[in-house]
Amino acid sequence: MSSNNDSISKTLIVVVSLCLVCAIVVATAAVQLRPTQQANKKLDSQINILRSVGLIEGSAPAAKVAELFSKHVETRLVNLKTGEIDASCDTACAEAYDYRKNLKEGEALAQSEDVASIRRISEQAPIWLTYDENRNLKAVVLPVHGYGLWSTMHAFLAVETDGNTIIGLNYYEQGETPGLGGEIENPRWKAQFTGKKLTNDAGQLALTILKPGNADPQSDYQVDGLSGATLTANGVQNTFTFWIGENGFGPFLTKVRQGALTNG
Amino acid sequence: MANAKEIKTVLFGPVFANNPIALQVLGICSALAVTTQMTTALVMCLALTFVTAFSNFFISSIRNHIPSSVRIIVQMTIIASLVIVVDQFLKAYAYDLSKQLSVFVGLIITNCIVMGRAEAYAMKSTPGMSFLDGIGNGLGYSVVLLVVAFIRELGGSGSVFGVQIMPLISEGGWYQPMGILLMPPSAFIIIAAFIWVLRAYRPEQVEKKV
Repeated sequence: MSSNNDSISKTLIVVVSLCLVCAIVVATAAVQLRPTQQANKKLDSQINILRSVGLIEGSAPAAKVAELFSKHVETRLVNLKTGEIDASCDTACAEAYDYRKNLKEGEALAQSEDVASIRRISEQAPIWLTYDENRNLKAVVLPVHGYGLWSTMHAFLAVETDGNTIIGLNYYEQGETPGLGGEIENPRWKAQFTGKKLTNDAGQLALTILKPGNADPQSDYQVDGLSGATLTANGVQNTFTFWIGENGFGPFLTKVRQGALTNG
Repeated sequence: MANAKEIKTVLFGPVFANNPIALQVLGICSALAVTTQMTTALVMCLALTFVTAFSNFFISSIRNHIPSSVRIIVQMTIIASLVIVVDQFLKAYAYDLSKQLSVFVGLIITNCIVMGRAEAYAMKSTPGMSFLDGIGNGLGYSVVLLVVAFIRELGGSGSVFGVQIMPLISEGGWYQPMGILLMPPSAFIIIAAFIWVLRAYRPEQVEKKV
């Protein structure tokens, strides 16, 4: 290497021009690919919402997902404190609401209230109203998340219009141990939740995740945990405790149980 | 341009004779993390091969102009840019896989193989040969990763590339999966066994006793 290379001017020229070239390449890739990436993200959340209510099993082509979603699903915002649906906000307005961003900037939870270790909560949360072929309201899908063993686990919880019976629970994003805690994404495990009830007659959370093999299949409230993944299963239980409780969707679900959705 | 024999050495040497993981024990961090499934391992191999080949190529192209005082920074800039581009492409065209690989694509930046080849080979060889060297080392990395992933996925989940080979007991079959294979430490054991087998066949790779 010539000593000329190590002069200050040559160093500066090389470094600056290299940075410029790299910056242009990276920026071009990011900008050019962003629309495709955002479409992917949207498609991914739509397909997972549809899976949680059982409209799609496994995978489906993008066009089919978009069609089903626009036909069967309406997005709304709900105020978590009052449990009221924001009537002024239609699907387009609710879809524009960046829930993840609002969560990050939301109100901090006191440690005693933060059972699912999610730290912050936003004022509003999106919900998805699902209709059948005849435009009868069939289900409401709620976004829930909570901390497991290693990661925050995100799921969609689909509940019938009685605000109590689970149609489906769909974990779609988690970083638990593959093969152990990661099995919360296993369709067979998720299928156990279908038909279970969230709360008992007194309105208290009754759904419990037990040690594997202990759940009574006849019970409305018991679900088997995962072997080798006690802490992940505890995280799932905490997620329910939080989101069905007062700080989560509790006020909204109370309204739903009183018939807020069925009375129009 | 170099002769055919040299090309062959550069390209296929790293597969068994001079394997970056088995002989140099570089880049094993990602070998632990992404080898629970064949599919993620394969994508990781392709991404790493791509990055190593092109970073070698670009670094070698400008090797006569890199000031030696900032050469590591220059190499890192090129490697990091390539990794970001790969990550963006995966997010756009293989969204599900990029979700599973999550941070590990980004961590290719710190993969010792990429840096090691840039510093050891590309800084003193022609762009063409450096490119081949990158592909060769990518192949060497891929062989180990795919072997490890094959054992871990087959033993841990009873499947290969997500296709169920041995039906699990929990799903009504007969195979009781070996949970430990899904944990990171099992990759250490498998890599060690791989190195053992390799050195049994090629005793010249065994370190000399002092």
